[in-house]
Amino acid sequence: MPLPVGYMERTRRYYEAQAFSEPYRWARFDDAPFTPLPKPLAESALALVTTAARYDRSESDPRFVDSGPVASPPERLFAEDLAWDKNATHLDDRGSYLPIERLQELVAAGLLGALAPRFHCAPTEYSQRRTRTADAPEILKRCREDGADIALLVPL
Amino acid sequence: MCHQTVSLIARHLEANGMPTVVLGSALDIVEHCRVPRFAFLDFPLGNPCGKPFDTAMQRDVVAAAVALFETARGPQTMHLPQRWSEDEGWRSAYMAIAPEDREALRQSGGARRAERQALRDAGRVRKE
Repeated sequence: MPLPVGYMERTRRYYEAQAFSEPYRWARFDDAPFTPLPKPLAESALALVTTAARYDRSESDPRFVDSGPVASPPERLFAEDLAWDKNATHLDDRGSYLPIERLQELVAAGLLGALAPRFHCAPTEYSQRRTRTADAPEILKRCREDGADIALLVPL
Repeated sequence: MCHQTVSLIARHLEANGMPTVVLGSALDIVEHCRVPRFAFLDFPLGNPCGKPFDTAMQRDVVAAAVALFETARGPQTMHLPQRWSEDEGWRSAYMAIAPEDREALRQSGGARRAERQALRDAGRVRKE
């Protein structure tokens, strides 16, 4: 099997080539919090979180947490400002990065209780502090408002 | 950066009692940050739920990721079996830097720094 791509090292070399003075310090922890599933998956409501956006963020600084209805999702989301492999692939099929329909199928099959009424768009931030102190609490609040029990997070 | 952002959010949700699964394609970034449950699809960044327009593959990937909510007994990374292509060239091509690209990269870095400074000067920055 081929080795997974080392994205931290590739990014370090790329920023160095762009003459950024300091290498980026990636978030690092030695352990992870863990909450056991409080009730069966078939009774749980799931919130979906993406890093793509409903609006063109290149025109919209500063960025912010946004949410959209799963009942009438846009055909595609904006992500041109994000670092993904624009040579190897494309985002022309929303199902490849925001799997609303696939999750609805799991609900219909009785494997998942429900899909929460909104999906949430998290702004990708270099500042880990902003993500931790502003965006993550805001997304938790919105998940709870929607009655979500669990969350599936899908980064580009 | 997307993978780090959602990893930090997953940690926050989980620490506040909400179980999470991260479904993504940057193994090193997510494992560096440590998340409770990670379903890893070894694909080019951009299609963490499966190949575009391959509904059957997307169904398998998403179902496996969601099943991890019930099967994980502690922090865990699950490696999904799907392959992107027989051609593995995408792995070495991503963010590759050819010698002839260096000057253009140095200039694009300078342009990016100037753009960020302009946003700061215009007050178009987050206050948190």
